[in-house]
Amino acid sequence: MIGVAHYLTLAGLLFALSVAGIFLNRKNVIILLMCIELMLLAVNFNFITLSRFLGDAAGQVFVFFILTVAAAESAIGLAILVVLFRSRRSINVEELDSMKG
Amino acid sequence: MQQVLLTIVLAPLVASVVAGLFGAYVGRKGAHWLTILGVAVSFVLSTWVLRGLLVGDLAPFNDTVYTWGISDGVHMAVGFLVDRLSATMMVVVTFVSLMVHIYTIGYMHDDPGYQRFFSYISLFTFSMLMLVMANNFLQLFFGWEAVGLVSYLLIGFWFTRPTAIHANLKAFLVNRVGDFGFLLGIAAVLFYTGTLDYAEVFAAAPAIAGETIEIFSGRPWAAPTLICLLLFVGAMGKSAQVPLHVWLPDSMEGPTPISALIHAATMVTAGIFMVARMSPLFELSPTALSVVLVIGATTALFMGLLGLVQNDIKRVVAYSTLSQLGYMTVALGASAYAAGIFHLGTHAFFKALLFLAAGSVIIGMHHEQDIRRMGGLRRYMPITYWTALLGSLALIGFPGFSGFFSKDAIIEAVHASTIPGAGYAHACVLIGVFVTALYTFRMFFLVFHGSERMDEHVRAHLKESSLVVTAPLVLLAIPSVVIGWMAMEPVLFGQYFGQALMVSSERDVLAAVGSHGTDPAYFLVHGLTAPPFLLAMAGVFVAWWLYLYRPAMAPAIAERFRWIQGILVNKYYFDEVNEKALAPAVRALGQGLWRFGDQRLIDGAIVNGSARFIGWLSGVIRRLQSGYLYHYAFAMILGLAGMLGWLLMKG
Amino acid sequence: MDFPLLSTLIWLPITGGILVLLIGDRRSGLTRWTALGVSVATFVASVPLFSEFDRTTAAMQFVERASWIERYSVEYFLGVDGVSMPLILLTTFVTVLVVVAGWEVIRQRPSQYFAAFLIMEGVMNGVFASLDAMLFYVFWEAMLIPMFIIIGIWGGERRIYATLKFFLYTFLGSVLMLVALIYLYMRSGSYSIAAFHDFPLGLREQVLIFVAFLTAFAVKVPMWPVHTWLPDAHVEAPTGGSVILAAIMLKMGGYGFLRFSLPITPDASMTLDWLVIGLSLIAVVYIGFVALVQNDMKKLIAYSSIAHMGFVTLGFFLAYAIMRRTGSLTGAVMGIEGGMIQMVSHGLISGALFLCVGVLYDRMHSRKISDYGGVANTMPTFAALLVFFAMANAGLPGTSGFVGEFLVILASFRAQPWYAFLAATTLILGAAYTLWMVKRVVFGEVANDNVAGLEDLTRREALVLGVLAVSVLLLGLWPAPLLEVMGPTIDHLVELMTRSKL
Repeated sequence: MIGVAHYLTLAGLLFALSVAGIFLNRKNVIILLMCIELMLLAVNFNFITLSRFLGDAAGQVFVFFILTVAAAESAIGLAILVVLFRSRRSINVEELDSMKG
Repeated sequence: MQQVLLTIVLAPLVASVVAGLFGAYVGRKGAHWLTILGVAVSFVLSTWVLRGLLVGDLAPFNDTVYTWGISDGVHMAVGFLVDRLSATMMVVVTFVSLMVHIYTIGYMHDDPGYQRFFSYISLFTFSMLMLVMANNFLQLFFGWEAVGLVSYLLIGFWFTRPTAIHANLKAFLVNRVGDFGFLLGIAAVLFYTGTLDYAEVFAAAPAIAGETIEIFSGRPWAAPTLICLLLFVGAMGKSAQVPLHVWLPDSMEGPTPISALIHAATMVTAGIFMVARMSPLFELSPTALSVVLVIGATTALFMGLLGLVQNDIKRVVAYSTLSQLGYMTVALGASAYAAGIFHLGTHAFFKALLFLAAGSVIIGMHHEQDIRRMGGLRRYMPITYWTALLGSLALIGFPGFSGFFSKDAIIEAVHASTIPGAGYAHACVLIGVFVTALYTFRMFFLVFHGSERMDEHVRAHLKESSLVVTAPLVLLAIPSVVIGWMAMEPVLFGQYFGQALMVSSERDVLAAVGSHGTDPAYFLVHGLTAPPFLLAMAGVFVAWWLYLYRPAMAPAIAERFRWIQGILVNKYYFDEVNEKALAPAVRALGQGLWRFGDQRLIDGAIVNGSARFIGWLSGVIRRLQSGYLYHYAFAMILGLAGMLGWLLMKG
Repeated sequence: MDFPLLSTLIWLPITGGILVLLIGDRRSGLTRWTALGVSVATFVASVPLFSEFDRTTAAMQFVERASWIERYSVEYFLGVDGVSMPLILLTTFVTVLVVVAGWEVIRQRPSQYFAAFLIMEGVMNGVFASLDAMLFYVFWEAMLIPMFIIIGIWGGERRIYATLKFFLYTFLGSVLMLVALIYLYMRSGSYSIAAFHDFPLGLREQVLIFVAFLTAFAVKVPMWPVHTWLPDAHVEAPTGGSVILAAIMLKMGGYGFLRFSLPITPDASMTLDWLVIGLSLIAVVYIGFVALVQNDMKKLIAYSSIAHMGFVTLGFFLAYAIMRRTGSLTGAVMGIEGGMIQMVSHGLISGALFLCVGVLYDRMHSRKISDYGGVANTMPTFAALLVFFAMANAGLPGTSGFVGEFLVILASFRAQPWYAFLAATTLILGAAYTLWMVKRVVFGEVANDNVAGLEDLTRREALVLGVLAVSVLLLGLWPAPLLEVMGPTIDHLVELMTRSKL
């Protein structure tokens, strides 16, 4: 029987994967964006699971919000990426250190 | 009465302001006529006041002119106290000032700063009158510093000369050292009596006689001693007593009329006047009187000795002034205030005369001041010669001349005094008589007698000075000769000064002096057999021997006693110590405090140091800002984990 | 008082400043005349403050009171007493002179220059007139902005360093004061300064509040050792800036002691008076020596300012020592009055001296003493005035410089003769550094070709310096009116500062 614990474990695994993806990734900013999306998905997964098991529809409403925001965010992120690529001719994370103190 | 007094004071002031600010409009003639008029008005009115006081037509005046300010219940005012003491001073000051004004027309004839000069000397007359007419300490201090200011301006009158502007700064600063003590003295007076008004202070004085104060812990001082010593520091500065005398010889950098007016006749006697005025306070403190006596005696003898080696005609007279001021101070120390003031008066006439005569010589010699290059001027400048002779005789105390009576009275008074230091003082003033005669006639013989050592060009132009120069000489010569004879008895033994001076009965030395006889004739006869006369004659004789009869001997003696000569020529090394040790030390201290205290410690270590510390701290923290996204993300994760962990731990 | 006189004095110059700003630099003539008109109008408006002043009472006069931020009971509360009124007059008077002094000298952005000074005038009046602590604080900080701009834009070479130092120093102190004010508000429920005066406080709180105030005011005065911003700020500031800085801004510190420290924390003041007296005496003696060796004229005058302000703080804090030594309060009022007169007089004299240096700087573009010598030969009128102001700076009787020092020395003798001894050294040191500078700058042979080419004062310069000379002389010869104005207020103040709050 697949219970709450399994769903939550899956979500946790997804989240951990995405986190690892963010700071292990040294190459491509797009992968970073994807990791962020994955993170949000993991959160959504939790929401839906708990909403289902607690019988509270509010959790699912949140998911829609998050999806919307995520879509907007990735759109903006990609737009920034395009601009960044235009000016730097690179989206290599290793080279993006102009914030260095 | 108040209008008269105000006129006396304000006439010179108005003249000075007009001549100073509108010198270009009134012109040279206008400037000197205006200022002479102002001083003449003062002189005439002062004489009228003095006569009125002596005859009894006028009562002593003591009233406020206007209230300067009231602070904390202390009434500070500008007011006049005119009794016989101050009236005498007023007459002396205005008379000498008037003579000097007239003389200046001749002496400064070609100077571009003509109007400015007249403005200054009139301003000086105003300041000096404010000083002597004051009825409270505030105004006294005002006059005190104002004469210092004018002295500063006048010594530096030729402000392009490096020596002059050095001398005027020195004069002002040394005077300020005196004023420093004087101001503290005034503060002490206020502390103990609660008022600055003379009359009230003197009334309260007996009550403070028993008070003590611990300046250094465990060592109580009598309050009157503290007050008097502090006030006397002021007198030491203004009246050039050792060790604050160093400014007076240098002040000869100023034009000669100034040397006569300020640095011989009037301003330098302000200290003497002040102590006499404060006699009710000084009488309370035998300790202070002893100090006054010893300082005065030291000045009288040792400054006189310096006159022996000077070659600048004005400097000889300047050292003579120092020495005579010492005599006056000795008189004050011995409680013979009347004798001190008497000598002040006679000295004002004959010393102004000597200075103006020296000025006349300087004009004749085309501003040559070295007596080694003079000689035989008798034939070229008869009026100057004769008046200078009278002045010199008065200075050395030749019987019958004014200086004789005043100086003899001082010597006798010191002899009669019993306070500690009187023996030393008596020895000093006696030797001083010999020294005075020696340096005076050394100068006199070198200038007016002997071989003519000036160069041809100067000799060809030698002639007697003009009337505006010689007239004041003659007018000053008259009182130099006769004033002693006329005034001696009432001033010293009579009630000339009335209540203005106070002497406690156990120290009334003048009464002791006068116990055998008080008339001038008695004094004259007595004086002819007394040691001072013999010493003076010996001095004149030695001067004649060394400088006229055997001119080669003086250098030989100087050679023989080279070390003494060295000490005298270097003026006991006072200037060396001040200029080579004290001044550099002060500057080094200032540099040290500035460079180390301000720049290194406060600015360097604390102010800029804290800025540097912040900079360093930021340098450490910036390493965390790698700029890589994944580092930031990692930090966020760590933070998240940490916070979650904390929440869980807290339960 | 029906007519809002104090508001006029605050807002007229500020409005005028904005107007000048709007006129702009194109019509620079109009700009100047407008600035002059506004400053003169403000000065004229401030005269009734003196003539209508009730000299018999210590109560606040010309009071205006309205609610401002009701939520925190902050009020728009103005009024003057015998302490603040003379300082307002000084402000309006000096501002006129500064405007005249900057007339042709300022070529770069004149409208902004004049506007800055006018706005600052209004703000400074606000500081002196505020009776609400928060209003006071707002004005107090607002004052920094125009000064920051004045030094930062029209200053000398190291102006950035100087402005930063000036700003950070004064700001740091003020923030502590803000903390103290907020604390007092939380305790008393009001920002009214008069309420603070009456509010009882424990000794520990008082000490903390006192230290906070001390930091703010000591920086402003400035007292040793937080004085090092002043020489830098003065040296870099344009002439007008130096004048305002020395003449008015330094007075804020002294004013703060009288308005805040002494009456609000009397017991702490009594406990810590040795600290202030010690720092004041250090300022007089130490800074006197430091001033002696300066070779920059402005720096020398700046240091001399610090030494003279030492007399102010010394006079203010003598009361407790007098009480301890003599058991009575006689002399306490004299000390404070001496300090007050010293503030006013120093405003005139140091302002005049900075203007004198400005006159030379405009001609030779150097402040170094060694670049001068023999100026009296080419600029006789100027030399006479400089010697006069130098004498006033050295405390010559008959000038205003003497009055304050005299009263403070007299009072300090009551507290402790050694205080008087140390304070009186200024007689020697003050004369030494001032007159030595005069000797090197004014007297002697013409030192070089630049000096030989100097021209004497223009009419405008002579007017400004002449007016100052007359006021210095007047105040020195007859300080009675000023003493009369301050009398009741200071009597009341001494009563407040000796009444324990424990």
